[in-house]
Amino acid sequence: MASIVEFMHALGHYNFLQSALIAAIMVGIMSGIIGSFIILRGMSLMGDAISHSVLPGVAVAYMLGVNLLIGATVFGVIAALLIGFVAANSKLKNDTAIGIVFSAFFALGFILISMAESSTNLHHILFGNVLAVSDKDLVSTVVVLAIVILFVVILFKELQITSFDEVFAKSYGLNTSIIHYGLMIILTLVTVSALQTVGIILIVAMLITPAATAFLWTNRLVYMLVLSSTIGAVASIIGLYLSYTMNWASGPAIVLVAAIIFLLSFIIAPKQGFITKLGVKNVKED
Amino acid sequence: MLQINDLTVAYSNVPVFKDLSVKFAPGKITGIIGPNGAGKSTLIKGALGLVRHSGQTTLDGVGVNRVRQKIAYVEQRAALDLTFPISVFEVVLTGTYGKLGLFKSPGREEKEAARNALKQVNLLEFEHRQIGELSGGQLQRVFVARAIVQQADVVILDEPFVGIDMKSEEEIMNVLRGWRDDGKSIIVVHHDLNKVAAYFDDLLIMNHGIIAHGPVATVYTQENIQQAFSADLSAVLFNKMAGA
Repeated sequence: MASIVEFMHALGHYNFLQSALIAAIMVGIMSGIIGSFIILRGMSLMGDAISHSVLPGVAVAYMLGVNLLIGATVFGVIAALLIGFVAANSKLKNDTAIGIVFSAFFALGFILISMAESSTNLHHILFGNVLAVSDKDLVSTVVVLAIVILFVVILFKELQITSFDEVFAKSYGLNTSIIHYGLMIILTLVTVSALQTVGIILIVAMLITPAATAFLWTNRLVYMLVLSSTIGAVASIIGLYLSYTMNWASGPAIVLVAAIIFLLSFIIAPKQGFITKLGVKNVKED
Repeated sequence: MLQINDLTVAYSNVPVFKDLSVKFAPGKITGIIGPNGAGKSTLIKGALGLVRHSGQTTLDGVGVNRVRQKIAYVEQRAALDLTFPISVFEVVLTGTYGKLGLFKSPGREEKEAARNALKQVNLLEFEHRQIGELSGGQLQRVFVARAIVQQADVVILDEPFVGIDMKSEEEIMNVLRGWRDDGKSIIVVHHDLNKVAAYFDDLLIMNHGIIAHGPVATVYTQENIQQAFSADLSAVLFNKMAGA
């Protein structure tokens, strides 16, 4: 295993590694921000669904030679609309509608990708290939990060109130559907940006794990956003280092690091941590 | 004047009530009472357009969708996630969001209004607490403070006194009476028949439709309560009142 010094040295020398690191950090930040709203809205499953549902969009965009972001957004939004439509117009519950729609989209995407390209490419889309980040990818990741930050800064109070008390938001006349679908569009953009670093299958982990970890540490939404994106970025850096030195796939490496940070927080974080609860239990037993 | 015209709400094709029309006068606290499942909360949600409905609600002749900022709604507390990372002060501040509109953030004036409202319900010292750290009564006062900040002409509260302590109940009633004296219309969905005469000016008694509506003195009768609830309950209530 190469030491950190060697990793730093390689970073100084190899362009591809620099691009990989910058992309991974940006993806960690944006998924930490959007993921916070996903978990606070109780939409973890929806986050998983939308990220899987962009696969046919990626395939179609690839076939037509257009930007992946466009194809992915179209299919992500169609999936979100379909899920809402099925849930609203049948006796099925939301999670059932989500399960049906996203598995169908994922299956379609799988077949389309196999038709379009070799299986190596599919593997990269599913699990990430951060070391092949091009300059063009980097630029589109910067654009998405800027969109994510602008979206959250401009619509902060709307995102806050629709996540906390949607009925109240509706009662004062806010169009909560626009906020919901806006968030879904942003989610698809984040998903596409994360394709290369963690891959479609594990994107949900980058959305949920850093946000859930931050949630254990703070009672303030703004701090949660900052902490969540910091954890996302740190997990990306350490994960990439492990990926490079141990020759692991980048996605699983980053996700595992995030999971370890969560585990540590679960044990030591004061808000809902394990130790605090043990302490309370002991006091009660005394 | 808040006016509901021909309101029909159905859940999975079974109507909760049909073609219901009612007016709520300004300067009055109106209690809506009726047994569980009578459609009390549904009436409010239908009137505010929060559930699928037919019929129309107007405030001073204008459709409710165009005057939402003039109506404050304090929902039943049960549905909220109390682990949400939001402080008492921030919850009250959300009461300013409707008037602010999109893109604008609350400024000094809004924050001042939120603090004043918290002071009014005696919770200023709790402003930095996360909402999950409050008791049921304190939490309900926070939502009343949010309604204060909204500066609405009509305030609708759904079961505000469920599971709260007497002190909170009294403080909330004081706020409601203050609003009434300022000429606002106050509408309270309520279940405890014992307090009816003490709390309300008008009563709307319902059970899948209106049984009676008017001043408490005229509509709170053994006959109406028997019709809405049961003969047993009304007998117990009114014999007790006669005995006392």
